[in-house]
Amino acid sequence: MTTVGWLQISLLFLAVLFVIKPLGLYMARVFSGERTVLSPVLGPIEEGFYRMSGVDPNKEQGWLAYTLAMLAFSLVGFLALYAMLRFQAHLPLNPQGFPAVPADLAFNTAVSFVTNTNWQNYAGETTLSHFSQMAGLTVQNFLSAATGMALAVAFTRALARSKVTTLGNFWVDMVRATLYVLLPLSIVVALAFVAMGLPQTLDASVTARTLEGADQVISLGPVASQEAIKQLGTNGGGFFNVNAAHPFENPTAWSNYLNIFAMLSISAALVYSFGQMVGNRRQGWALISAMAILLIAGVTVTYWAEAQGNPILTALGVDPALGNMEGKEVRFGQAMTALYAAVTTGLSDGGVNGMHGSFTGLGGLVPMFLMQLGEVLPGGVGSGLYGMLVFALLSVFVAGLMVGRTPEFLGKKIEGREMTFAMLAVLILPLVILGFTAISAMLPFAVASIGTAGPHGLSEILYAYTSTAGNNGSAFGGLTGNTPWYNTTLGIAMLLGRFAYVVPVMAIAGSLAAKVKAPASAGTFPTDGPLFVGLLIGIILILGGLQFFPALALGPVVEHLAMLAGQTF
Amino acid sequence: MLNHLRPALTLVVALTVLTGLVYPLTINAVAQAVMPQKANGSLIDRGGTVVGSTLIGQNFTADRYFWPRPSATGPDPYNAAASSGSNLGTTSAKLRDRAAADIARLNGAGMPSPIPADAVTTSGSGLDPHISPAFAEAQVARVAKARGLEPASVASLVKQQIEEPTFGIIGEARVNVLELNLALDALKM
Repeated sequence: MTTVGWLQISLLFLAVLFVIKPLGLYMARVFSGERTVLSPVLGPIEEGFYRMSGVDPNKEQGWLAYTLAMLAFSLVGFLALYAMLRFQAHLPLNPQGFPAVPADLAFNTAVSFVTNTNWQNYAGETTLSHFSQMAGLTVQNFLSAATGMALAVAFTRALARSKVTTLGNFWVDMVRATLYVLLPLSIVVALAFVAMGLPQTLDASVTARTLEGADQVISLGPVASQEAIKQLGTNGGGFFNVNAAHPFENPTAWSNYLNIFAMLSISAALVYSFGQMVGNRRQGWALISAMAILLIAGVTVTYWAEAQGNPILTALGVDPALGNMEGKEVRFGQAMTALYAAVTTGLSDGGVNGMHGSFTGLGGLVPMFLMQLGEVLPGGVGSGLYGMLVFALLSVFVAGLMVGRTPEFLGKKIEGREMTFAMLAVLILPLVILGFTAISAMLPFAVASIGTAGPHGLSEILYAYTSTAGNNGSAFGGLTGNTPWYNTTLGIAMLLGRFAYVVPVMAIAGSLAAKVKAPASAGTFPTDGPLFVGLLIGIILILGGLQFFPALALGPVVEHLAMLAGQTF
Repeated sequence: MLNHLRPALTLVVALTVLTGLVYPLTINAVAQAVMPQKANGSLIDRGGTVVGSTLIGQNFTADRYFWPRPSATGPDPYNAAASSGSNLGTTSAKLRDRAAADIARLNGAGMPSPIPADAVTTSGSGLDPHISPAFAEAQVARVAKARGLEPASVASLVKQQIEEPTFGIIGEARVNVLELNLALDALKM
């Protein structure tokens, strides 16, 4: 670890810190239905959309109708994307003449993008036409992100309002998230990306004659426009197979900064919007602090572990000064790769700028663990916020048990019904992750997919289900995931991780909305101070993390010890 | 559920047109008009022939050129139509054996151990255009000998080609292998 490395990391966090308040306030205006600077341009488009689809923007929905609208929208989005991939060969903008995507891979990819996971069993540049990338993947990058934001806003309203039955209108929230937040920011970021060197063309490739006289076919495409929304929507699905390690997705240290900044900003600022909308900005900052503390701890461990290098190679005569460079790019080095890895997994982004599967045991444990905590640091756009609020409810409940008072959060009494649904939601992740991992580890044809034997092999399987259930999308790429077994089960893990989680969460929202918002009294446990932040971190680690410790001990921890002992597999 | 179907269908279609066609094609038009060089892949043209992209690494094996990092792309190294990392774990025997073979090869080419880490590890993309200054400097003697040049003049060329972090902070010190080799060819002429 170097001072300069830490300086680079600190500057990025500072930049995000500065944008949280203005962006958070702007989004609070957008979701409160107020006019913004963009209303003169976007207002007519917005109204056109409502008229076309027969939506009355002033008519609000209860939690069930809101959730059903979200499910219907996701289902139609899934079917549209699946059909597009299956009929790719007959659609325009296919200069490479790619054939239809096979059924299992199309299912996996469509689920992957609709659930905001963006797990890549496909290799972009060798599988998907420009049309599939633009009208298929790019669209779901917008829509799955807007869906997450809408759900978070609905949950926020449940805590902001007193004795109501409605949480807003899903169609309005989703359309406004797309039009007023994601689209304008994407335009700015995409053009900045082109200026930094990301290609933006409809050509498929160019053939270069190298200095040594060989032909090098260089894949091109509309990369910048997809990369922008990939990060802003915490999607993470790359244009290319190797994602943001590819020099065309991420050519310089500056583009790397913009990548991380773009993925972190909206999620972090949305927590501030939450504070603003519930009328307690300190509450927003308290949640942001808890997220930041855990995230920075994650960066520290990975950076430290990777900077040590791989002792097995050091013993062969490799200089460890540059750290563990397998799977990493020279232009990013250890600090910026560690930062990217922690942020992309603390968020549910899942883009990578280095191969997590080639990290050291402990260096790779961190991204896995950050996902297992439930993708709440600060999590995917929207999904991170409602995930964090579930942990906040659990925290006040535990605090209430300890002191023998009725737990309250922002004036709402937290009772049995909310706790039942919260536990249902929280238990989905371990059930899906550990269940599928255990089954796969016992099936010979599933084990045959692993790339590196020994403890790393278990890590590869564990990481795959962790990433998909958490709707992250990053991978320990040694695992050959493009098989019928993994395409199907990883697809199911993504669906459960997204929808089986969010339905109980929305039920909590419905139940909270109906309650009276009582003013704070002398007996209220304050949820916007350091004591609560500490308690929240403890709850996240214990309820979110503890159940994964045995699996982590068998995978990455054993791998790290084996590496230190010089053992290979 | 059924009353949600109309908005679901119309909004998926309408938003596909907006975010999947209007948005990327507008960015495309602006990028091609304002920044065509970058939008088309930062290609390097030498006398009407595209010799590569400044952002994409290419393979060099001759002694007279600086070598890049090993690459995990298949079937050939630096296949810019199919990016790939090795994805090997740190405890992989394959990784150890591959690195041992590369170390032996570099030792044989006159590069003493300890070897810079980037010289025997594959990058995440398999297309890393850069090497570390240490790896470039360790190749100066071999390249100078193969070209019949003074080692000092090759060393000073390497020094010129080192890109330092912006403001001394942002990014890592690095050398673009293709640009270095192009400068080397120009030196000869």
